[in-house]
Amino acid sequence: MRTLVVVGHGMVGHRLVEAMRSRDTGDTWRIVVFGAESRAAYDRVALSSYFEGVDAEQLSLVGPEVYADELVELRLGEQVEHVDQVARSVRTASGAEVGYDALVLATGSYPFVPPIPGRDRRGCFVYRSIEDLEAIKTAARATARRARVGTVIGGGLLGLEAAKALKDLGLETHVVEFAPRLMAVQLDEAGGQLLRRQIEALGVFVHTSKGTKEIVDGAGGGHRMVFADGTALETDLIVYSAGIRPHDELARAAKLGIGERGGIVIDDHCRTSDPDIYAVGECALWNGRIYGLVAPGYQMAEVAARHLAGEADARFSGADMSTKLKLMGVDVASIGDALGTTPGVLNYVYTDPVKGIYKKLVVSGDGKSLRGAILVGEAADYGSLLQLAQNAIPLPEHPEDLILPAREGGSKGLGVDLLPATALICSCNSVTKGGICDAIAAGCASIGTLKKETKASTTCGGCGPLVKQILDCELRKRGVDVKNHLCEHFPYSRQELFHLTRVGGLKTFDEIISKHGQGHGCDVCKPAVASILAACWNEYILKPKHAPLQDTNDHFLANLQKDGTYSIVPRVPGGEITPGKLIVLGEVAKKFGLYTKITGAQRIDLFGARVEQLPLIWRELVDAGFESGHAYGKALRTVKSCVGSTWCRYGVQDSVLMAINIENRYRGLRAPHKLKMGVSGCTRECAEAQGKDVGIIATEKGWNLYVCGNGGIKPRHADLLAQDLDSKTLVQTIDRFLMFYIRTGDRLQRTATWLDNLEGGIDYVRKVVCEDSLGLGAELEADMQRLADAYECEWKKAINDPETLKRFRHFVNSGEPDRNVVFVAERGQIRPARADEREPEMAT
Amino acid sequence: MSARPRVDMKEWVVVCRLDDIVPNTGVCALVGGRQVAVFRLDDDRVYALSNHDPFSRANVLSRGIVGDLKGELVVASPVYKQHFSLASGQCLEDPGVRVPVFPTRLEDGVVWVEA
Repeated sequence: MRTLVVVGHGMVGHRLVEAMRSRDTGDTWRIVVFGAESRAAYDRVALSSYFEGVDAEQLSLVGPEVYADELVELRLGEQVEHVDQVARSVRTASGAEVGYDALVLATGSYPFVPPIPGRDRRGCFVYRSIEDLEAIKTAARATARRARVGTVIGGGLLGLEAAKALKDLGLETHVVEFAPRLMAVQLDEAGGQLLRRQIEALGVFVHTSKGTKEIVDGAGGGHRMVFADGTALETDLIVYSAGIRPHDELARAAKLGIGERGGIVIDDHCRTSDPDIYAVGECALWNGRIYGLVAPGYQMAEVAARHLAGEADARFSGADMSTKLKLMGVDVASIGDALGTTPGVLNYVYTDPVKGIYKKLVVSGDGKSLRGAILVGEAADYGSLLQLAQNAIPLPEHPEDLILPAREGGSKGLGVDLLPATALICSCNSVTKGGICDAIAAGCASIGTLKKETKASTTCGGCGPLVKQILDCELRKRGVDVKNHLCEHFPYSRQELFHLTRVGGLKTFDEIISKHGQGHGCDVCKPAVASILAACWNEYILKPKHAPLQDTNDHFLANLQKDGTYSIVPRVPGGEITPGKLIVLGEVAKKFGLYTKITGAQRIDLFGARVEQLPLIWRELVDAGFESGHAYGKALRTVKSCVGSTWCRYGVQDSVLMAINIENRYRGLRAPHKLKMGVSGCTRECAEAQGKDVGIIATEKGWNLYVCGNGGIKPRHADLLAQDLDSKTLVQTIDRFLMFYIRTGDRLQRTATWLDNLEGGIDYVRKVVCEDSLGLGAELEADMQRLADAYECEWKKAINDPETLKRFRHFVNSGEPDRNVVFVAERGQIRPARADEREPEMAT
Repeated sequence: MSARPRVDMKEWVVVCRLDDIVPNTGVCALVGGRQVAVFRLDDDRVYALSNHDPFSRANVLSRGIVGDLKGELVVASPVYKQHFSLASGQCLEDPGVRVPVFPTRLEDGVVWVEA
């Protein structure tokens, strides 16, 4: 077994050990880690929370498993003093020697203390370790001479963190910065100014463009900082936070390559000039640069671990310095080329001085991609903007919308990233977005593992698409390449597959999978392809070549219930039904002993039908003039209506007639997910049309069209797409809208989620649908007309086709019913028996 | 139906003609009092496993969609979508769950199951 010695057990050293242990599955390396501090690795990034009551234990990064892992030996409080490259061993201060096959230097950095006369006076500190914080705390609270004023030298990221710590200790806090603004590396002048105002509003004194000339005795027994411009500041405490310097002493002594201004020179594999010695983190100099953030250090640790594990092509190729943090309650984020130093870039700037918000986008000269951004005061869009910048995603037509506040009814189309961590995603199992993100952070990288870990989407499954989007979004943030492939059988998204099917004139699953996929298919791609085929060609879904693709609901043209029986929902267009037909429903339900319930969509659902009863029931329903209601399909369900101008004193249009016409036009239309519509006869909105995928509200002049509303798991009010349309234009517009959604929607994506994820949002839909910006209008209408013309009632066809009917029996070799289906009576109707109400042995 | 001891004797039983099963779908057969889901693939291979879905406790596996996951032939439960290997009955999502499988035979276009 080989020995890996790691010098330094900070955040990066710890990450390296973790990475090694997870990659070295064959246990070929034992690891000896030396930490000079007496503490094991802890979260330095969260250091300032130490003064908010977070203790050292909570900051610790090391779980008990590191100590339990017999291949990892952690030696804390042992300083490595010498590296013998010939003997390949290290020697500690106490004289212990350990041989190595490979050595990793993760020695980190130390705070730079500017060479100011008087800098070593009592009451001067650095801000780096828990011990530093302890010392600051002790000094601030010393009983003999309680400190009143604290000053931080350095107005960068860490300096402001330190200032927060002093503020938390109850000191009058000053920040002294040499540059003309705060966070000069990350923010531009305007951003720095705003941050300054925000921080000053919190009671912190900020002094910029101040060079400290010397520190001398102050009037009250403290210090007096004398500045180059002749001014001075009295303070009791001084904390230096003026940058870092690499801990490269060990490497210097070993004569490894060192940069001109310090730092251990490493190549792309994180190797030093001695190929058996690696350096990672803030002690390492890559490409002339030292990275003072933890993320690049982590990346180096991963690269070094992979290279050690035998991945010869593991390379570090630089790191993104984008960052987002909360400084004293003020959100600050900086992305990519935030200062706009690339020639030719354009800036978009938004300022709200009242709310204290400053946002800047740095956009490429051609206006097509995002190069950088600055956000101060509100950084909720950081994730989305970072994605745009890092993935070179084409910018929406109006990039300014990305930083402008969302207008009423408008959507930025940035999707799930806008949801707060507290948003409840899976209401069945009480899983929040934060919970899902935590599981992803803990390593869940697929829907399957995520479901297993969080239980999200394992009960009703309604939140599945949302969970998938969060997963994709989170993985993308972690730099993982996200594929929106349908499943392992198709390397295409639903939208791409739709296009291939339609343009290629492909009519069967076999043709599609042999041309564009692989394997046999599965329960994900088969129904998706069935839906695409139905939306392209509208052939009968129970044709033998299509039947195997259908989910059980579509396969039996009814809704599967928990006990294996089905429910039946005949179409009642617009919710209008004659007494005679109502009686038929009652008679049929009575005859077959079905449980009857009025649905939320103005229809009647008949429950408890065994599979072999379905055709018998439908024979009677069809004879009475009923049609399939497609409650089983990812298809148009219903068009709900209010009674409208015919009866209502307030109605301004005939909403019932419109609802019936609309329902009859789109009945049977298959889509990425179910579709619900509503028509209200006036603005009182009794049909709740604004909660539907397509909502129509009567006006004095015509109809207002709303789209992409949703009830369900994440309610969303529909957006107004067009106003005061006449009936013909209304139908034309809905034709285009629906076909556009059907073509571009993802699998099981409702219109609401589709819109929320569509770049450009409702404005873009309006351009395509109402203004025909893509020139697709006529084609979309023609496609819809073809589908409408091809409509036939699926049940009417089924009961007249002996081959199809053969499928509607429980046993292929017996006329017996399934004895596992047992009902008991409740409130005068049937319901499925619970486990405790059944006799045993029913399962076989 | 009352509990009764099952006679532990297996026998080969004719369940249906191959043509009675649409390729890539399943049917349910009653074999010695047991509900057996019988699947026909597009190459006319036939698999049989218990029709009982252990997760929903409904007799519905024959109504699931067949396909393959990472090369393993599976049927997806139509209720909560867990996948079961057609060859072994093993549930892919839960290592602790396996449904019974039964040997099948195809003779002169007739499907036999031993259960």
